[in-house]
Amino acid sequence: MRWDEFFVTGDPMIYAADASIVLATIAIVAVLTYFKKWKWLWTEWLTTVDHKKIGIMYILAALLMMFRGGVDGLLMRIQLAAPEMKFLESEHYNQIFTTHGTIMILFMAMPFIFGMINVAMPLQIGARDVAYPWLNALSFWLFFAGAMLFNLSFVIGGSPDAGWTSYTPLASLEHSPGVGQNYYLWGLQLSGIGSLASGINFIVTILRMRAPGMTLSKMPMFTWSVLITSVIIVYAFPILTVALALLTFDRMFGTHFFTVDGGGMPMMWVNLFWMWGHPEVYIVILPAFGIFSEIVSTFSRKRLFGHNAMVISMIAIAGLSFIVWAHHFYTMGAGPGVNSFFSVSTMLIAIPTGVKIFNWLATMYKGRISFTVPMLWTLAFIPNFVVGGVTGVMLAAAPADYQYHNSYFLISHFHYVLIGGVVFGMIAGLYYWWPKLFGFKLNERQGKHGFWWFMIGFNLTFFPQYILGLMGMPRRIYMYTNTDWSALNMASTIGTFMQGVGFLIICYNIYWSIRYAPRTNEADPWNGRTLEWAIPSPAPYYNFSRIPEIKEMDPVWYAKKRGEKVIDGPLEKFHMPSNSGVPVIMGGLFFVFGFGFVFGWFWMAIPAFIGILICMATRSFDYDDGYYVSVDEVKKIEGV
Amino acid sequence: MAAHVDPGYKGPLEYSTEESRMNILGFWIFLGAEFVLFSCLFAMYIILQGSTAGGPTPKELFEFKSMLIQTLLLLTSSFTCGLAIHEMRRGKSKGLAIWLIITLLLGLGFLYMEIEEFLLYVNHEGATWGTSAFLSSFFVLVGTHGAHVTLGSLWMIGIIIQVLQRGLTPRTTRKAFIIGLYWHFLDVMWVFIFTVVYLTGMVV
Amino acid sequence: MTKKGLVKLGAILPFLLLLLTGCTEKIDVLDPKGPVAQEQYNLILWSFALVSLVLIVVFVLFTIILIRYRERPDNMDYEPPDTHGNTKLEILWTLIPVIIVMALAIPTVQITYGLEKKPEQEPMKIQVVAADWKWIFKYPEQGIETVNYVNIPAGQKINFQLDSTANMNSFWVPKLGGQEYTMPGHTGYLMLQADEPGEFDGKSANFTGEGFAHMNFKVIAQKPEDFDKWARETKATAPKLTDEKFQEIIKKGILEERLTFSGTHDDSVIETVHQYRKKTGESGGHEQH
Repeated sequence: MRWDEFFVTGDPMIYAADASIVLATIAIVAVLTYFKKWKWLWTEWLTTVDHKKIGIMYILAALLMMFRGGVDGLLMRIQLAAPEMKFLESEHYNQIFTTHGTIMILFMAMPFIFGMINVAMPLQIGARDVAYPWLNALSFWLFFAGAMLFNLSFVIGGSPDAGWTSYTPLASLEHSPGVGQNYYLWGLQLSGIGSLASGINFIVTILRMRAPGMTLSKMPMFTWSVLITSVIIVYAFPILTVALALLTFDRMFGTHFFTVDGGGMPMMWVNLFWMWGHPEVYIVILPAFGIFSEIVSTFSRKRLFGHNAMVISMIAIAGLSFIVWAHHFYTMGAGPGVNSFFSVSTMLIAIPTGVKIFNWLATMYKGRISFTVPMLWTLAFIPNFVVGGVTGVMLAAAPADYQYHNSYFLISHFHYVLIGGVVFGMIAGLYYWWPKLFGFKLNERQGKHGFWWFMIGFNLTFFPQYILGLMGMPRRIYMYTNTDWSALNMASTIGTFMQGVGFLIICYNIYWSIRYAPRTNEADPWNGRTLEWAIPSPAPYYNFSRIPEIKEMDPVWYAKKRGEKVIDGPLEKFHMPSNSGVPVIMGGLFFVFGFGFVFGWFWMAIPAFIGILICMATRSFDYDDGYYVSVDEVKKIEGV
Repeated sequence: MAAHVDPGYKGPLEYSTEESRMNILGFWIFLGAEFVLFSCLFAMYIILQGSTAGGPTPKELFEFKSMLIQTLLLLTSSFTCGLAIHEMRRGKSKGLAIWLIITLLLGLGFLYMEIEEFLLYVNHEGATWGTSAFLSSFFVLVGTHGAHVTLGSLWMIGIIIQVLQRGLTPRTTRKAFIIGLYWHFLDVMWVFIFTVVYLTGMVV
Repeated sequence: MTKKGLVKLGAILPFLLLLLTGCTEKIDVLDPKGPVAQEQYNLILWSFALVSLVLIVVFVLFTIILIRYRERPDNMDYEPPDTHGNTKLEILWTLIPVIIVMALAIPTVQITYGLEKKPEQEPMKIQVVAADWKWIFKYPEQGIETVNYVNIPAGQKINFQLDSTANMNSFWVPKLGGQEYTMPGHTGYLMLQADEPGEFDGKSANFTGEGFAHMNFKVIAQKPEDFDKWARETKATAPKLTDEKFQEIIKKGILEERLTFSGTHDDSVIETVHQYRKKTGESGGHEQH
């Protein structure tokens, strides 16, 4: 490889990105050095095993990636509003939609849900940390290494451009000879392994670390959603691991899994990808369902309607998610039997989802609904998600899908469910749990402005796309000559800019609130119901000074009604895990390892791999038992 | 809260702390994920085994003797691994270490035979994983198992050292127990490989 | 807030109405010009009617609940009841989706099978080859070949056989019917028919890289006698398709002009692309060396 191929050249946008990366790095280094914050960064954040801090880092990364993916979306929309202006070349457009999709699903939605889970789940079950705090840190750094590796492709070597689904044979070495596809494979592989580890971690945390008395039937709905999601992760992510590994072998070592020659089967990639990919959709949506359940109940001041039905419907969705994958390629021509089966199995998902929607409505029924920002996002979710959901049912009908497939109808459908479901849910959760993390609410007025800009922009962006799809506009085209499509495309682009404004308002809202919002340090600012509202805000690093005894659902709510304290009893010293620098170092080594593989530089990958093995051995031989938190320290922190 | 032995605990040492119980549960779940991973590779192999693209077929390729020795080595190592855990339960740290070392040696013998088999295919038959889809899936399926055994061997060395250094503690016994689970899992996977790949390949 | 919520609902509903009543002429999928598209259109309308029912019920309930139970200065002392659930109600709203799903699933399965039914008389065959980035149409019965446009006789079923030289495309003529993938090394089939003469847009719907957006074609349905005349004239007057010319056409690159040839390419040219596969297929995996 020549050096002028190594750095991506020839496009002003990329030079700007180069410059901004260099400048941002210099600025960060300078600020850290000037304020003498290196040690703080290392001991407080990089080496932390505290689930809340890890959660915050996940969320920060997710917001950053949402910005990057959002800019990609804006660029695409600018191009499509007036394709005759030739704002983007085909090659560039292809890279942008590929990175947009990949980043939004894997490096925005996934870390956002992991962030929310980390922040809230242990607090909801009365645990002091997750089951494997060290592994939790490693999961984060693996995700971060993968995300950084993937983003690096923009300036070094070139971005992938075969779509986020990376279908073979297009993604094969023959048709995508550049390193972009390798970045895709390794970026996803690293973060995927991190996700798998997180899944195991959360399952064990929920199964073994609940406060005494909190039976599964008394567990909060968000925690339930995390448990079910984690089970899907454990069974779905290994499929992605295999698919990515096999495609890597095809591209780097000349094997014949997905090639056209040598007896390979390109359609096997498509199958494997969606056998992971469809459950993946539910991995990101179920925690959002959990968050909505918490918020609906809190702000209607009413217990969640039909706890058992909610749990059963989530389990049903999880089960069905593994037997619907072929609905992503009805048009392969697998025959009417196959298509009928997958049509019906897909439609069945509407049943548990419908039950959930009605249960949320029933929770609000006869409640007293207050329109706080988290509740606004939750309320917006219901109609928007239903629009996305029912079009999903329309897509499920195979013969009709022959007409929608790969058109903007499909694009609109999954943006309605993914933004209307996942993004709304994560933002709602962010506003909801923010005071627990930091001791103050985000400004409500600004938050409402951000909400309305985003919500209206979102509908303006995606609703016209349903019609564009029916007009026959295929996805992933960088230009069109059909003037009938122009007006709706323009509307869609305007909507995207409104969403951008909404996002910026939300960011400003966070910035403003950090600087100026009054520090109330209220333990229970929303009049909450679940356990996290019983501990001080901001949550102390050990979460619970005493582990409460649970007698019922919504323990904090009923304790308040009876005038009791949830957390009571004598203080005792307790055990906490030590911080460790190994996860972040391993993350760095994995990054080098992946980068070496992207370029086929084994001299780089092999030492990094040996370094990883050494790190693992270090971990195995490490008999650090953590430390004890004394009663005096707890008293000092909680001011008793 | 997690690292101390509960008072009045009577069961096996490796289950004596909450941390150990969680780790063992987590490892079982991890094995579930590993099972999915191998299932995918098996599925790929079953689908692609007929796609020989003019290269050698399973029947022409497979070496009966080598495969039989590998199977015997690995099955025996699973047995000795079981004996190691048995010794551990009887409180014999030396017995545990010795049986683990024997397990490790058998594992290394298996790896040696497997590598030799692969080299034979590549050098004498010209059958590399780039020859055909069948061979790609064969090498990747069996090679993934081999890579697991390699990693397991390195891991076992670490555990043996820790057992020798520290004797039987809640931690070392838990670690030994977990690698035992892993080893048995690899053995089960080999039984599947033996059946699906070698036996089917030689008969059909 | 609820007022704004209503405004939002108000903004969406006209769109829905537009879909049903308004100018469908420009909305290809809702303007079927052949029996396949017609059948799919019927299913789309039926599914749309069913989901509209759901939409209306949910939206109405949602709006009523928001207005009725919102927090107001005068109800701040209202304490919501401590309900846990209601089995009867929950069974009810499990059954409603079940019925809706059944109402959609049954015609879906019927139409899925119906579209695959063999027509009574042998339909005319056209071989479609998707190359990067152009569409090639071979008329084996007429002995002619076209690029980027395909003439068909109206009122007849056409059996499009779909193949691809390199990447996976999707053959889609919205006004005539839904799409089907064209896969390298695997021949697919799509039966389409145009009821009346006319010109219809066709496109590739599955991303194939750089020139993908330029991979469009026209389907021109003619009266059968016009079609026969066109085919005969083409056979007689169009330039001969040579092997070199064909190789040049299928080479990777954008080609948007319409070409017409007499004579056809040899199928083995496409097959050589997938020769290894072919070999396996013939030997059934038992070929000896």
